[in-house]
Amino acid sequence: MFVRLSAAIAALSLLTGGALAQGAKPTDPQIAHIAYTAGVIDIAAAKQAIEKAGNKDVKSFAEDMVRDHEAVNKQALDLVKKLKVTPEDNDTSKTLSKQATEKLAELAKLKGADYDKAYVANEVAYHKAVNGALETQLIPSASNAELKSLLQTGLKIFQGHQQHAEQVAAKLK
Amino acid sequence: MGPGRYLLATAALLFGAIAVPAQAATIQITMTDLVFAPAEVSAKVGDTIEWINKDVFAHTATARNGDFDVNIAPKKTGTSVLKKAGTVGYYCRFHPNMKGVLTIAP
Repeated sequence: MFVRLSAAIAALSLLTGGALAQGAKPTDPQIAHIAYTAGVIDIAAAKQAIEKAGNKDVKSFAEDMVRDHEAVNKQALDLVKKLKVTPEDNDTSKTLSKQATEKLAELAKLKGADYDKAYVANEVAYHKAVNGALETQLIPSASNAELKSLLQTGLKIFQGHQQHAEQVAAKLK
Repeated sequence: MGPGRYLLATAALLFGAIAVPAQAATIQITMTDLVFAPAEVSAKVGDTIEWINKDVFAHTATARNGDFDVNIAPKKTGTSVLKKAGTVGYYCRFHPNMKGVLTIAP
């Protein structure tokens, strides 16, 4: 099955190869917004999967995603509050959200095993893209040490999710 | 109190002290920032591993050979009693990049 590259992933690659890479380093308020948005997107995808998935491994993976991403985003909110930073909306966040909405609509049309496979394949690709953006752009650009450290924890969590998603995907074949 | 009584108490203490290393131990392994520490632990059959999750994320300690599979909620502790000797690799089912090894002597 041909899995279309998620538009959200294309947006993340903008971070590494596109607009932001052309000298304009994202600021801490923008980084916080992008990281938070990336979490919200995965939570929305997971909630759809909890409703739609037929396979029990896929469903429990989706439950793990909601739990972990909500925990990371809570940490992020606590941190920005403590640092008195207001997350700043930006083009990357906007593109991410818009394209994630499209992806959700696309997945909504699928059923049964087709849906399960497409959701998990997208989770693998999405986490890979987020991890790439964290490693090459967001972590190196973060100036506040606590924000940087939270992003580093986020990277380890999401690398774990990527491996977990890969394992679930392998079992679906 | 006669000297005999004293001797008995000393003997009890001595034997007690000798008996301690043979008793089952409790070994603590923490989960902090998605890392099991220490990642490599030597233990004996009968020992208890106390899994201490210091993260705000739920983790598991899952033996690759199926000997144990413990869920540990955020900021909670779980335990596993080691029943069989051998080298047992384990990981977290939620974050398979978290790994460790137990070397269990008979």
